[in-house]
Amino acid sequence: MLVRFFTDLRAGGIPVTLPEFLSLLEALEARLANLSPEDFYYLARLALVKDERHFDRFDRVFAEHFAGAEKLFEKLVAELPDEWLRQLSERLFSEEEKRRVEALGGWQKLLETLRERLREQKGRHEGGNKWIGTAGTSPFGHGGFNPEGVRIGGAGRHGRAAKVWDAREYQNLDDTRELGTRNIKLALRRLRRFAREGAAEELDLDGTISSTARNAGLLDIRMQPERHNAIKLLLLLDIGGSMDPHVRVCEELFSAVRAEFRHLEYFYFHNFPYERLWKDNRRRYSELTDTWKVLRTFNSDYRVVFVGDATMSPYEIQMEGGSVEHWNEESGRVWMQRIAAHFPRLVWLNPEPEDRWHWTPSIKLTRELIGERMFPLTLDGLDRAMRELRHRTPLTAPRVSQD
Amino acid sequence: MREARFTGTERYVATPDLMMAVNAAVTLARPLLIKGEPGTGKTQLAEEIARSLERPLYEWHVKSTSKAQHGLYEYDAVSRLRDSQLGEEKVHDIRNYIVKGRLWEAFESAVQPVLLIDEIDKADIEFPNDLLRELDRMEFYVHETRELIKARHRPIILITSNNEKELPDAFLRRCFFHYIRFPDAETMEKIVRVHYPDLKAELLREALTSFFNVRETPGLRKKPSTSELLDWIKLLVAEDIPPETLRSDDPKKTIPVLHGALLKNEQDVHLFEQLVFLNRRTGR
Repeated sequence: MLVRFFTDLRAGGIPVTLPEFLSLLEALEARLANLSPEDFYYLARLALVKDERHFDRFDRVFAEHFAGAEKLFEKLVAELPDEWLRQLSERLFSEEEKRRVEALGGWQKLLETLRERLREQKGRHEGGNKWIGTAGTSPFGHGGFNPEGVRIGGAGRHGRAAKVWDAREYQNLDDTRELGTRNIKLALRRLRRFAREGAAEELDLDGTISSTARNAGLLDIRMQPERHNAIKLLLLLDIGGSMDPHVRVCEELFSAVRAEFRHLEYFYFHNFPYERLWKDNRRRYSELTDTWKVLRTFNSDYRVVFVGDATMSPYEIQMEGGSVEHWNEESGRVWMQRIAAHFPRLVWLNPEPEDRWHWTPSIKLTRELIGERMFPLTLDGLDRAMRELRHRTPLTAPRVSQD
Repeated sequence: MREARFTGTERYVATPDLMMAVNAAVTLARPLLIKGEPGTGKTQLAEEIARSLERPLYEWHVKSTSKAQHGLYEYDAVSRLRDSQLGEEKVHDIRNYIVKGRLWEAFESAVQPVLLIDEIDKADIEFPNDLLRELDRMEFYVHETRELIKARHRPIILITSNNEKELPDAFLRRCFFHYIRFPDAETMEKIVRVHYPDLKAELLREALTSFFNVRETPGLRKKPSTSELLDWIKLLVAEDIPPETLRSDDPKKTIPVLHGALLKNEQDVHLFEQLVFLNRRTGR
């Protein structure tokens, strides 16, 4: 039964390995969990899940698995003789509760209701009503049923009667980003420029030899800082709308970039950059950053990488008020020219296939605006883009066709 | 076998899942990796475990320049070289120049110790990988003296991380993992009670309401945490603020007194004030 849980977890996208599973078994053998599903849940999570972003997935798999156990419980209840259940209830239910059982229509009715509620509970998501276990309101709330270690309801020992894994409290920590980013990281390495800065902690061998010699042979140790990648990167990402099919490749790029660069800043925009950018997509209407501020904050040695499909109506670039979302006082082309003038080293990565660029007027416009420095978001394109960024090209004024 | 179980202390409120995590780590002698929002008591946990189980505590605070080797030992070649030039006697024994690290000290402890490796994510990305064998087998080899150092008792190892870097899979596989969630209102009340047992119930209730209210403000750069709440309450008590000051018909419309203890940067304070102002206007 537990082996199936293990395979279910793996199928659910949690990278559980055999040693971790074995350590869970070891923990169970050491009697760390006392046959209560909560203890087992905590223990299993402790041993098997190593990243809080996976907690939500774990909760879902656990709930699914537990649903099977619930069915088992239903079967058991159906098979148990009524007399036995009644005896059990004598011990578990208070007088008042027994009266309420009667009020509900006796045991038959109670069991029916219980089954019904179990079914209802299964379909529920977090935030719903607590059908079973809300102290004092349900006749099942206080009775602890415990066949096969499955406890339903029961007075929550901690005041929370809802099942912990059903609460799915880790929902917004989950991200389903796949980390297939090694190739991208390798391409990004082109953009490494090492520089020594920070604390001096490496032996500078040449320096030591020469200064010892100068010191008449008495040792004089010289230290120097370690080398780090000193490239500064500003990432501007198009989000939403036509970018939706490309989300995955953008996420991969983003996660690789984050790992590779020490100095990394990023902002989002929709379709084309205008006077405001934002950092958090959930708060894109409340936490906006002035594009002027971005230009002031980051100096020209930042390399700028745009990621976007540049596929839109040409009005969105050319006209004031052309933005699909708001009234922009100045056109997108003005903003793009400002950005390109401030950051001489700039590229645009486009997830659309290169052979289609020719047919989209807005791509053509964008390429003109940034001086043809657009590359496809493929490994090869990334490689070319990194070469472009590496050159210390003096600013060539972007060729802009006047209309 | 081992009867000592961790159930929190009079100074530290542990949730059931945290107790389970600590006890599992102690019983099975696995390192326990603790993550969570800053200020939720990750570092303090180690001290409390050591106190409640009556074990010595060894703390190893990791910095961005820390190397795994620092925890084991360091060979102070520079002073040996210098001593040799000055003709010191102790230069002939290499042992004089081996400086023990925290891990070595913990390995030598006469009773099972608690070892805290604090903020492991601060170090270089390879740091956790360099500790794999040491954490697995609880032994390491000193090349200079050709000795194998083995732990006399497997230490209870606690590792904290603030998520600044991802930890390698091979390392994670060997650890138990626990994420300290931000406490709910009920747990928070217990925590405050533990620290200020004499606090008036009324003040506590009002303070907690304002606190959770501040925390829910959308867009804060740094949400106030448990430790900030405790500081704030300390201030409220010291200034002898009556609970009525904190109360109002709509908490969204007032700025809590002494909010400087809760909000730590000027953008947050500004944002909060703006929201309050906005609510006042629209709320009329």
